Amino acid sequence: MNDVLDFERYELREELAYRFTPDRREFLQTLGAGLLFVFAADAQNAAPETRIHVGENGHYTVLTGKIEEGQGARTEIAMAAAEELGAPLSRVTVLMADTSQVPNDGITAGSGTTPRTIPAVRRAAAAVRKELDKSAQSVTPADWKVLGTPQVRTNSRDIVTGAHQCPSDVQREGMLYGVVLRAPAFGAKLLSVDEKAAGDVIVVRDGDFVGCAAPTSFSARQALHKIAATAKWDVPTTAVNSTNLFDHLKAKAQSGAASGRNRPIEQGDVDAALQQAQRKLEATYTAAYIQHAPMEPRAAVAEWRDGSLTVWTGTSNPFSVRDQLAQAFQIPAAKVKVLVPDFGGGFGGKHTGEAALEAARLARAAQKPVSLRWTRAEEFTWAYCRPAAVIEVRAALDGNNAIGAWDFTNINSGGSAIDSPYKSVAHRIRFLPSDSPLRQGSYRALASTANNFARESHIDELALAANMDPLAFRLQHLDNDRIREVLQAAAQKFGWKDRVGKKTSNRGIGLACGIEKNSVVAACVEVEIDPRTRLPRLLEICEAYECGAILNPLNLRQQVEGSIVMGLGAVLGEGLQFERGRITNARFSAYKVPRFHDTPSKMDIVLVDKKDVAPIGAGETPIIAVAPAMANAVFAATGYRPRSLPFAPVPARA
Amino acid sequence: MAEFRFTVNGKPRMVNTAPERPLLEVLREDLHLTGTKYGCGEGQCRACTVLLDGKPAITCMLPVKNAAGRKITTIEALAPGPVLHRVQQAFLEEGALQCGYCTGGMILRTVALLEATPRPTEAQIIQTLDGSLCRCCGYSRIVAAVRRAANDAVSGGDGR
Repeated sequence: MNDVLDFERYELREELAYRFTPDRREFLQTLGAGLLFVFAADAQNAAPETRIHVGENGHYTVLTGKIEEGQGARTEIAMAAAEELGAPLSRVTVLMADTSQVPNDGITAGSGTTPRTIPAVRRAAAAVRKELDKSAQSVTPADWKVLGTPQVRTNSRDIVTGAHQCPSDVQREGMLYGVVLRAPAFGAKLLSVDEKAAGDVIVVRDGDFVGCAAPTSFSARQALHKIAATAKWDVPTTAVNSTNLFDHLKAKAQSGAASGRNRPIEQGDVDAALQQAQRKLEATYTAAYIQHAPMEPRAAVAEWRDGSLTVWTGTSNPFSVRDQLAQAFQIPAAKVKVLVPDFGGGFGGKHTGEAALEAARLARAAQKPVSLRWTRAEEFTWAYCRPAAVIEVRAALDGNNAIGAWDFTNINSGGSAIDSPYKSVAHRIRFLPSDSPLRQGSYRALASTANNFARESHIDELALAANMDPLAFRLQHLDNDRIREVLQAAAQKFGWKDRVGKKTSNRGIGLACGIEKNSVVAACVEVEIDPRTRLPRLLEICEAYECGAILNPLNLRQQVEGSIVMGLGAVLGEGLQFERGRITNARFSAYKVPRFHDTPSKMDIVLVDKKDVAPIGAGETPIIAVAPAMANAVFAATGYRPRSLPFAPVPARA
Repeated sequence: MAEFRFTVNGKPRMVNTAPERPLLEVLREDLHLTGTKYGCGEGQCRACTVLLDGKPAITCMLPVKNAAGRKITTIEALAPGPVLHRVQQAFLEEGALQCGYCTGGMILRTVALLEATPRPTEAQIIQTLDGSLCRCCGYSRIVAAVRRAANDAVSGGDGR
């Protein structure tokens, strides 16, 4: 496994969503079956001329396979190129994710754009500049004029005027609107359906795929309703639901990998250390399945012309989606073009290409372009979700308040940030895969949030057992100077030392820290328990974050602020409910995402800028400190310790 | 099918369509105004906001027949010329957008708020916008953009 493959530890690997019957009019090419989610290596060393086009009037176009979903890649790439070209930002345009024109920079995921694509763009831009001006000097961070300055998104104007077209907004001449018949439950098989029930619209049945295309989405939906009424399904029985989920995951936990990236991290004899210890703490933490729920659901527009296929779609993985289309339709990849307009959010949820395949299948039958956008209910139900977790922690303190034993087991959700940054005498840290009843995959910061929640909650308990201030306990046991630095920065700005131990009715403060993908974060929070819901309200947060040299401080602040509030969602109420193979809260009125009123009125962000450290991707890690800091604050306020994501209501005192 | 007439962004328009079709889909599919977005289909996210007779309205559940005879303003028409509306300018300058999918709806809600309440308190801003979802969770910057737009108006601005 090289680094490129390793960064998404449990990246979704599943069979192609559809394998359509070949179109008889087309030349049949045989392609081997097999694993589909092929990760191309980053185009790290793409030739400068394939990376940067020098136009007339001193305008430059940077070409990249990366995508923009609100995380700031477009602007950051433009800034990097402008810096190295010695050009103003206004003279640089970035052409993103048109597979027929750009280098394959791989998937946009795992905070990889900053550490991998930015250096590739800078190298190419520096080479272009050298070509144009032999005397040009190479740029160091100390000389930065564009990088390191706050820049708004380069296409902000098109966003605020409504001119920007997301994938669901792309319109083509003669275009139809498509919808797909969904199964009533996961794993249900279609036994029979009357396709003629739809009336005068395009209907396709191809294996398990049934869909309609019509001149308006309203008429397409009406046709689909008629078809759906005739469908007979074989629905499998399943006893697993969101109530007994954690017992199920635990019962089905597999033994961990003996080798490879998911092998246990072990030192000493943890069982013996636990047996001998005087002060032991054991607890189980859980995290529910949650959905990314980006504002724009999955969408695609597909158009066939002379056996070639063009698809506009919202995906983080344009070249993989191109290859999936080629495989699904059994045509050469050279006949498929995927374009990814800046789309309406992903958060790790759009690594796949379902809508592209569906739109393309309908467009082939209709012989017209087809636009297909998932409904919110489809997005909640059929998109993959963040894996649920059961995390078992056993720890012990020795006589000197050192961590004598640390036994940490994550079941099902993954190995991101599973390693402990705290010194311990003996430890065993394991990730055990399990049998997930829901389709699960990537999500902003992956399993780091759950792992950090469990670890940082447990560390607080150890601090209490040691009769130490949680800040002092952490500073003493941390084996990482960068975490220590952000922890101190957050604590200082928050005023931790003056506030700790002071009791205000129904309020409490807490802190947490962590490391993931090589960037470090710490948060101090104050919460208040709502007397009606018995859930915490985040009143104040101070989060310190360090990700090397800061490229765009404005965008970084946006990412940190967004991560904090998104992280709040998984604390306060997000969780997929399901039974009998159906999601029962597949709508925003039942699945509670954060809103304006959830946002803390005081949000201090401390950005630690390390000009001498290579820039590190920052869209994910700022999310991981929120939940444990809040759990620790709830404990400080009430003496009750939340051990689940989302938190359970604090029990009323007897 | 039936004919419906209304004014869209200052121009009289006529559509011949099913009366129960959501206004959102008529705007997007028939009139090609894609700045108004689908987010949930149940009035829970307000990405589909337009101004209907000057008041913010959810269009994903509004049958087109109920819009007949009314004045509709979409995000595309907020700044008719090259100069942005001060609310658009404030969102841009504050960086009050990430993916941008909710932005049009947020801006139109803000325009209506400031029309009715030129100097809203923070509580009024949050109350007014609370039904609008931003999954990038850029809420604090959106509140800051509303404040900036309000201040710009009071301190002179271009008065629009």
